[in-house]
Amino acid sequence: MSVDLSQFIPNFLAESFEGLELMESSLLNLEQDDDETINAIFRAAHSIKGGAGTFGFDHVTEFTHLVETLLDEMRNGQRAIKQDDVELLLVSVDCMKMLIEAIRDESDYDKDKIDETYQLLLVALNGKEPDLLEIPSKSTDTTTTSKDGMLEWKITFIPEHHLVQTGNDPLLLFNALAELGELTVEANSSNLPSILDADPQELYLSWNLTLRSENATEELIREVFEWVEDECELTITQNKPIECEGHSTGTAENNPSTQPVEATKESIAIDTVTENAQLEKPVVKAAAKPATKSKVDVGSIRVGVDKVDSLINLVGELVITQSMLSELGTDFDISKVERLTSGLEQLLQNTKELQESVMRIRMLPISFAFNRFPRLIHDLGNKTGKDIELVLKGEQTELDKTVMEQISDPLVHLVRNAVDHGIEPANVRVANGKTAKGTITLNAYHQGGSIVIEIKDDGGGINRDAVYNKAVEKGIVDAGASLTDNQVFELIFEAGFSTAQEISDISGRGVGMDVVKKNIQALGGRIQIDSTPGEGSTFKVNLPLTLAILDGQLVKVGSETYIVPLITIVESLQTKAELINRVSGDMVLYRLREDNVPIIPIYELFGIESDAKANTLEEALLVVVEADGQKVGLLVDDLLAQQQVVIKSLDENYQQVEGISGATILGDGSVAMILDIPGLIELAMQNANQRLSSKLQSIGTEGAMI
Amino acid sequence: MPKILVVDDSNSIRDMVSFTLKSAGYDTVEAKDGQEGLTRAQAGSFDLVISDVNMPIMDGITLCQELRKLAPFKFTPILMLTTESSGDMKMRGKAAGATGWLVKPFNPEKLLATIKRVVR
Repeated sequence: MSVDLSQFIPNFLAESFEGLELMESSLLNLEQDDDETINAIFRAAHSIKGGAGTFGFDHVTEFTHLVETLLDEMRNGQRAIKQDDVELLLVSVDCMKMLIEAIRDESDYDKDKIDETYQLLLVALNGKEPDLLEIPSKSTDTTTTSKDGMLEWKITFIPEHHLVQTGNDPLLLFNALAELGELTVEANSSNLPSILDADPQELYLSWNLTLRSENATEELIREVFEWVEDECELTITQNKPIECEGHSTGTAENNPSTQPVEATKESIAIDTVTENAQLEKPVVKAAAKPATKSKVDVGSIRVGVDKVDSLINLVGELVITQSMLSELGTDFDISKVERLTSGLEQLLQNTKELQESVMRIRMLPISFAFNRFPRLIHDLGNKTGKDIELVLKGEQTELDKTVMEQISDPLVHLVRNAVDHGIEPANVRVANGKTAKGTITLNAYHQGGSIVIEIKDDGGGINRDAVYNKAVEKGIVDAGASLTDNQVFELIFEAGFSTAQEISDISGRGVGMDVVKKNIQALGGRIQIDSTPGEGSTFKVNLPLTLAILDGQLVKVGSETYIVPLITIVESLQTKAELINRVSGDMVLYRLREDNVPIIPIYELFGIESDAKANTLEEALLVVVEADGQKVGLLVDDLLAQQQVVIKSLDENYQQVEGISGATILGDGSVAMILDIPGLIELAMQNANQRLSSKLQSIGTEGAMI
Repeated sequence: MPKILVVDDSNSIRDMVSFTLKSAGYDTVEAKDGQEGLTRAQAGSFDLVISDVNMPIMDGITLCQELRKLAPFKFTPILMLTTESSGDMKMRGKAAGATGWLVKPFNPEKLLATIKRVVR
């Protein structure tokens, strides 16, 4: 009978990744004589090896075996826990992860890296070759000699008295033998004591067995007795073959069949290994493909049962509401309006709760993103020679899976940045009266409808003058321009900006803070810097909880409705004539307390025909929004409701449009565009510059001069 | 229908062993470590116990020793599922009262074939 286990491969993969994570975090926290931790690491490696072997992923088994052996030596106290070994194990965990990812994605892996680490492991194990993996080139050749005829085997089996107390039963062993051929059993009761002396829990019999079989070999017979061989006297001899026509018995006779048990043990074990490998490979190869493919395509998420339960409850309530409403509808008259209203209210409530619950399913604790940082800090600390402690806070704060996936890389960059530029070398720290050990704190918490992730270091803070001078040197800022601290800090997000004296391999990877900022903005988030000289810096990343739903302010422009993300709105106001400043041509500024806010007329930007446009600027509605630390006023006709809208991608359904981040469908079925505020500001600035330069050109001045 | 207790800390191994046994018509009960296995064993009767060796909280060897102390498990076959094929491991298993061992990688055909040697 064949049992197809390929359906369990995804399980194995998921469990292996969990095991690897556990191995990594435990290795990072490993201390001398911490038996429990080292045992847990060992068990994780052990399970991965076992699973990989089951599915025929022999390369994983082989590699993990070395890791396991090393861990075993640590566990048994044969090997002290040295930092070198821990580092090697961490690299090995990376390798195992790479191998298992390659299985999952059906992709290739870096073979050189694996081989190199494999060699290092071998060296660490004192050049000792792995024992289990010496798979013989071919299995023993004594097995196939007697295909042509029957062989007769004489077996003497004298068990020790206590044999049955380990749960072994001679009868079942004989049944197994009988499956190999024709078995004759002869019991010897000469050792049976008198009924008074006999212990019913002991076994006093011994047996002489004769097995006539075409294909039995000594190994197969010994295998039946495998579990009792050290609890019995067992002799197996082969009689002359009967019906011996035209076949060679050479090998069988050369093989001394009375050889001691010890000698054959080895070959039995080897035989088992090869047999397994041969049996399992085809099964797995054939079946692994569809299972892993679907995994790549769909992705999966682990959801707590409570979340699913709450969904099921809500759906139940929704069904009740629906049946109530449809019953109302069958025979409707005006007297039922009240019930209809309350039914609709209930429907609204159900829908809202259902929406929230569904969103919660996509929510994962941010620890998923934070988990990689202990390792990162460990490695970076080694590389830079800085002693750094990582503090994680708010790891249970939940965030949408999609946001989590996309914020991970920017966070890594910010942490690298904190290590490289933030934390000072130990001697500098001590000289400044600080502890030699630097601290980087990651903190996540909810604030309103968004999540805030703080990356804080207790380093030297941003050197304002260095940033300023560099910006002047790069031509980003005019020399002598007066900027606030925050404006100076913002400069590090400019493309190509770096204050590092030389590009290190930590932060100088061709990805700058400008990319970080862009990625965060692409998620509808923003980043702020707070820095105090000598005390450190805090980067504060503000993100929406989900990418699927947005709190929006509906605004009317001509006959169109637009949606302004609520998170970007500073305030909405009616303009006053005396606060309007027209500067150079078309640029109109509005004086908002101490700020001068450029006014962006949505009509012009999107070319909308409207009578309301004729309204004088003096009594218009202005929605003041902020992005990238810049405020602008959007000129609109009317403010409508605020509501949550479901975001539909324009890229996927149509194409990307400048100044628009997506679309949604309103209650009346019409489509409304969602404004992309940072994009809009950029667009408006470009337009203003173009108009200005064309104007300058038309009066005969070189456009390039501005 | 013979009833088998499967003890392993690895979800996937436990699932696979159970799946294999069920597909061959055995009834199975699962436990995720030795301690849980012992509790399950005390609560019911079994025709066979298959247990991993390396497990948190209580390992397979200890579980075996504990089971042998229980009257209903005095003669019950107990198989250790292990990757350690060393003689030492087998000796320790035997000393604890194990009936035999199954060497990982786990192979369904072999499991079913060898189970016949201990379960009627």
